[in-house]
Amino acid sequence: MSAVIENHHDDHDHGPAKGITRWLYTTNHKDIGTLYLWFSFAMFLIGGAMAMVIRAELFQPGMQIVEPEFYNQMITLHGLIMIFGGVMPAFVGLANWLVPMMIGAPDMALPRMNNLSFWILPFAFFILLSSLFMEGGAPNFGWTFYAPLSTTYAPPSVTFFIFSVHIMGASSIMGAINVVVTIMNMRAPGVSLMKMPLFVWSWLITAYLLIAVMPVLAGAVTMMLMDIHFGTSFFNAAGGGDPVLFQHIFWFFGHPEVYIMILPAFGIVSHIIETFSRKQLFGYSSMVWAMLSIAILSFVVWAHHMFTVGLPLAAEIFFMWATMLIAVPTGVKVFNWVATMFRGSLTFETPMLFAVAFVVLFTIGGLSGLMLAIVPADFQYHDTYFVVAHFHYVLVPGAIFSIMAAVYYWIPKWSGNMYDERLGKLHFWLSFVGVNVTFFPQHFIGLAGMPRRYPDYALIFADWNMVSSVGAFLFGFSQLLFLFIVIKTVMGGKKATDQVWEGAKGLEWTVASPAPYHTFSTPPKVD
Amino acid sequence: MKKEAKKTLIKLVVAVPLMFAFGFALVPLYDVFCEVTGINGKVFQSEYSEELVTDDGRTIAIQFISTNNENMPWTFKPSEQVMKIETGKYHAATFYVKNTTNKKMTAQAVPSVAPSNAAAHLKKLECFCFEQQELLPGEEALLPVKLLVSNELPSNIKNIILSYTIFDITDYDEEAIAHNQMAME
Repeated sequence: MSAVIENHHDDHDHGPAKGITRWLYTTNHKDIGTLYLWFSFAMFLIGGAMAMVIRAELFQPGMQIVEPEFYNQMITLHGLIMIFGGVMPAFVGLANWLVPMMIGAPDMALPRMNNLSFWILPFAFFILLSSLFMEGGAPNFGWTFYAPLSTTYAPPSVTFFIFSVHIMGASSIMGAINVVVTIMNMRAPGVSLMKMPLFVWSWLITAYLLIAVMPVLAGAVTMMLMDIHFGTSFFNAAGGGDPVLFQHIFWFFGHPEVYIMILPAFGIVSHIIETFSRKQLFGYSSMVWAMLSIAILSFVVWAHHMFTVGLPLAAEIFFMWATMLIAVPTGVKVFNWVATMFRGSLTFETPMLFAVAFVVLFTIGGLSGLMLAIVPADFQYHDTYFVVAHFHYVLVPGAIFSIMAAVYYWIPKWSGNMYDERLGKLHFWLSFVGVNVTFFPQHFIGLAGMPRRYPDYALIFADWNMVSSVGAFLFGFSQLLFLFIVIKTVMGGKKATDQVWEGAKGLEWTVASPAPYHTFSTPPKVD
Repeated sequence: MKKEAKKTLIKLVVAVPLMFAFGFALVPLYDVFCEVTGINGKVFQSEYSEELVTDDGRTIAIQFISTNNENMPWTFKPSEQVMKIETGKYHAATFYVKNTTNKKMTAQAVPSVAPSNAAAHLKKLECFCFEQQELLPGEEALLPVKLLVSNELPSNIKNIILSYTIFDITDYDEEAIAHNQMAME
């Protein structure tokens, strides 16, 4: 894609620099978007490899492959890497590529901060992963790092973990500030708030959530740091602190974080379903209001993660109803997507397959979430594989399917080439079957009482665990096909038209394919 | 950069340290919330109060439980496991401790009350859990608790459990202990 632009002399306004410095010094939103996406892909594969270790160990009861200590490190790092390294940077990458093009802006508002927010990320994950080789091993207390497991009983590497979380937080906060400033100030004339594409809306809301809760996470790890090294007792009962307080602070961050990982997916899926239904999206403004109300509600439901810590009855009831209330705006969105497809002239290209699978499977994950919201039931389900099944259903065929759908949908615009539709469909079906075979049986073993985070289990859980592991291997290795498809598309293939998809609407489809290095240097006219 | 963009940027940049501070503000907020509602079973020291003392109380059972935190070698147990007490009257109980090691140690007991909605009605005039215990090798002691259960205790509660976990805090430095002592009061 860069061959055309080489004829200029050192005129930095017109094309990318050559070699590695293009990527190191770039302030171009498309370059940074690409960096974010490749980085998250790499993290997805590393975190996925850890998931393979976990499922291989759980293939049979008994201890086969790894030591229990190492198993604990794997589940911890798998969670942290997938959340902070896989899903979040992927969404930031998509925001970088798409938000300026969708609102008719020439670039992000703060391009140099954009470069910084990306380039500190590899260091954060280098630090986190290097803890695997330290004395005492990597963090082993689960991705939720509950105190005192993560303070009094933590391996020495916990300090490196804290530092890496600080860096990840700084990166997310900078990325979020950039998105808000861009959206609030750089929309082309005519792009009013209620005319913004839904992906832009979803990211505006997500960015506000990030700015609100990432500093709270930074506060939580800072308190841990002080408890470990400076003799304070925020979470230490012996010194008058309270370990339950940690859980309150953590989940005050943690629950909005859950929506940070799903709201951009809502935006993506809305675009894709609209395009392949060849109709206008049903209920645009209700989609916006639904996302806003989900975001606001996300701040008052955190304690549903801790129903079993001994909350007073009044609190249990409040958090139960507040949680169930979220099903209302979420239901509005699901019905809107279905209504958009209703009587549309549907075609099922790969992005649409992923988007439809998202709607169905995310709804399954949402409904198991409703089951978990019921306090008395949650006493049974808490910390079992039912919870694991629930959040993997909302994160894998939820967040990750939406990211894959987005890649298939926009890669012709990014690279100028069409992906191989046959391989794309194969990738979809392998992933779809793999994800369900992996996670659906986990509902059963969870309801039967198998606790999460153990490397071994009772014999009665053996069969479904084996099924789950087989599904996980299928899903895991299918992602190598995805990697192949992406590389193949970037290297060449059928040339994409400017509009790419017959029903595609939006400013990003009005520029050439591949999108030129600089777009909308003069704002487009929008009615 | 445009002026409006700068304004948005400044607002957002200010929001970040504010939210960071809010995370820390949750710590005292949590303590205040728990003290007002008594929901995490924490009981704070209270003054002697004539108003709470009545003669028309009812009899309830109070059970004492002692737990040694991990690596705490002391012997620690209540003198009586169960006491029948009258609500609206001050009662005294004792816990026996012995430093079974051959070095001087400092300990701190942390209380908890169940059911949690009884915590607000349990008034402690005196408790060994308000201070640290320092015992020489082999030294033993009887630690006092003086308490009153208010007459307003919900009538469905007939049994209160008061449990203490004892922690070894010998290695905590003075400064940290002083700091935490302040935090507890």
